[in-house]
Amino acid sequence: MIYVFALFLLTLLVITAVAIVRTTNLFVAVMLTSIFSLLMAANFFILDAADVALTEAAVGAGVTTVIFLSALALAGDVEQPRLGSRLLPLGTVGVLAVLIIYATFDKPRLGDPDAPVHQHVAPWYLEKTPEYMDIPNVVTAVLSSFRGYDTLGEVFVVFAACIGVLFILGVRPPGPAAELPAEPSGLRHHLIPQVVGRLLVPFIVLFGLYVQFHGEYGPGGGFQAGAIIATGVILYALLEGEAEALRAVPRSVLLGLVVGGALLFGAVGVVCMLMGGAFLDYSVLAADPVFGQQMGIIVIEAGVGMAVCGALLSIFHAFAAREGRP
Amino acid sequence: MIDVVLDVISWVLLALGGACVLIGGIGGLRLPNFYTRIHAASLTDTMATLLIFTGMMLQSGFSLPTMKLFAIMLFLLLTGPTATYALANAALLSGMKPDSGVERDRGASGGVQ
Amino acid sequence: MKLLDLLGYYNYWVFAVVLMVGLYAVISKNNLIKKLIGLSIFQSAVFLLYITMDKVEGGTAPIIQAGVENQIFSNPLPQVLILTAIVVGVSTLALGLAIVVRIREAYGTIEEHEILGAD
Repeated sequence: MIYVFALFLLTLLVITAVAIVRTTNLFVAVMLTSIFSLLMAANFFILDAADVALTEAAVGAGVTTVIFLSALALAGDVEQPRLGSRLLPLGTVGVLAVLIIYATFDKPRLGDPDAPVHQHVAPWYLEKTPEYMDIPNVVTAVLSSFRGYDTLGEVFVVFAACIGVLFILGVRPPGPAAELPAEPSGLRHHLIPQVVGRLLVPFIVLFGLYVQFHGEYGPGGGFQAGAIIATGVILYALLEGEAEALRAVPRSVLLGLVVGGALLFGAVGVVCMLMGGAFLDYSVLAADPVFGQQMGIIVIEAGVGMAVCGALLSIFHAFAAREGRP
Repeated sequence: MIDVVLDVISWVLLALGGACVLIGGIGGLRLPNFYTRIHAASLTDTMATLLIFTGMMLQSGFSLPTMKLFAIMLFLLLTGPTATYALANAALLSGMKPDSGVERDRGASGGVQ
Repeated sequence: MKLLDLLGYYNYWVFAVVLMVGLYAVISKNNLIKKLIGLSIFQSAVFLLYITMDKVEGGTAPIIQAGVENQIFSNPLPQVLILTAIVVGVSTLALGLAIVVRIREAYGTIEEHEILGAD
């Protein structure tokens, strides 16, 4: 039954993608992108990837949309109609699509337990997680311990992207006009959204913290929690105006979160080395290797959460501050 | 006996909720202008949420998932009407007048220009 | 069983079509933001491919429940890769949008042919 639902969702996904490309109003395109992400999250959930679905829903449907909208406010929202023939690109993608579909017939079918993907390290991870870390969520175990190097790299990519955005857009608008506008922005004058939003913000942040610290036991972890907390603060910024949000969470705190989170992750690795283990081998952190692993996982997940939350919020504020400039 | 009764009630609720979603969807596509369409779409936010979640809570019995479903239902009941209000308010502020119920507006011919 | 087989290929077909829809936006649209939207669609299609590969028939999300024996779990590895890729994806997308914003400030337009014409 759920597979019929999946067929329906996948078809909707294709329709949404085509609609995104066809529309010339970029606001419509961004809103459809949000729907696309939500459909994608539902598909991920059907395919047993609860952690990924949570991430896609928080990041794709939430943060990405806000960042796109703030970029649209700066860059204009109307796309000019295309000049010239569409035949060449259409032909190219048509031929490529047929080739890829032809190639998929060599792939193992969905859910085939004998597929090559399921033969190498994956069963080992599933088997060894209870023994080495004794935490229920294998995804978190693989993410933070077995493949800690990978995650460290990804965190530094997020860090670098955040620094890049800040360099390109400027940490703060230059010139004497840098004073924050006296007129409060945001939804100050709209009573109902403001009341409801104010009611929701603490719960969103609380849920983010739950996802952060429950990540070892259920779907969740630093990446999701960082995105969810960032969404909560962005909602606050939309309701009360950007200046108010910066008063609550100042830029210095945000930068501290980004740098501190990335450094915390790296520092755990170095501490492991100092205590006689390999880089990011948490077993040496405590007398009991299993407890050491658990401790390491909790600490680096906190680092990931800090870095992601700080990076996404810094990016949002970089775009939002640019809007105040003439 | 009580199980069968609960099951029947929950399925009736789920079916009614599904019907509400369907009506809301048809209304969103077929009604002539923005304010009438938003009126239809808000049906899915409130009535369908209430019916479907009550049905699902009856299905899951008295357990932790029931509490989670209840929390999600509260969340949706809070945010759905707020989103509808914000949408209508934004339309009003941008100069769209809710004067007549029959006149078609620009976007009515289809979602994508 | 039969339906699952059909869906198995259907997932890959959707991947191919969505991938190409994204590529079409990237190569044929002039608007830079539209190109970035196309790129993120392209990226999502790749995510779908990976997550499709992680599914094991009769499996469940890889969260071990105490006291339940002989459970089949889906493959955690593609999930880990995509989980991190989503967050990295939004950060790099923001970098691209920041560059677009600066291009708009420098050239007054984000249409590719007008930018090339202005140079």
